[in-house]
Amino acid sequence: MTISIHSSFLPHLDPEASLAFYRDVLGFEVRLDVGHGAMRWITVGPVGQPDTAVVLHPPAVGHEFSDAERDTLLEVIAKGSYFGINLATEDLDAEFARLEAAGIDVVQEPIAQEYGVRDAAFRDPAGNLIRIQEVNHV
Amino acid sequence: MDLDTLVLMRRVRDRIDREYARPLDLESLARGVHVSSGHLSRQFKAAYGETPYQYLMTRRIERAMTLLRRGDLTVTEICFAVGCQSLGTFSARFTELVGVPPSVYRAEGAPVLPGMAPCIARRITRPVRNREAQPTPAP
Repeated sequence: MTISIHSSFLPHLDPEASLAFYRDVLGFEVRLDVGHGAMRWITVGPVGQPDTAVVLHPPAVGHEFSDAERDTLLEVIAKGSYFGINLATEDLDAEFARLEAAGIDVVQEPIAQEYGVRDAAFRDPAGNLIRIQEVNHV
Repeated sequence: MDLDTLVLMRRVRDRIDREYARPLDLESLARGVHVSSGHLSRQFKAAYGETPYQYLMTRRIERAMTLLRRGDLTVTEICFAVGCQSLGTFSARFTELVGVPPSVYRAEGAPVLPGMAPCIARRITRPVRNREAQPTPAP
């Protein structure tokens, strides 16, 4: 028996902006889009990998959050200090050039890290940190 | 702090992370997000606990630590490679953050890595920003 990672979660602050980013810039497919207005849960994932997905969700929804907790969470997201995901690609330089040309917010150009990974970093529209590393086979 | 300001501060921090090796200064960082230098400095510190200049210098010194451990460049070459214009400022800030001058770090820091267990190496070479977070008296 094995356990796979099926869905992970990233907050959005503007569903349309995040949807456009994951769908039109990263090239992910949209698998599910529920809710309306700011309250949308959007499931996206890489084409050809139906077993793994990212759910873009509105942060701090529900009665379990106090106003102060909600404000703090939104601030931490906006300043780019908490959430993120690591992606991988076979051709980092080509992907990076494509993403940069699309006008994304770059945090780090492709470099070989001391710990043996070659990667780049950028932001999604909500401020989540997206790292993308080079692998020989995805 | 309002979210729009935090987003601006994030853009400034990301720009520092990306362009730290270039001759960045507070004025150009402030111009990039259309705010005054003083406003940027205050808001950035409120958001991230250090001023843009401190963040920039720490970023440069983190990179310098890596280059010093690699051992194929001189201290002076590394100083300029990470975007510092003055060897004196670089050495002083390095010593403040790391605890030893860059020349000593290069001589004594480098040999610990080969053959060392990765978990130990990671701990010893931990980025200086963690130390920066400790309260230190204002200069």
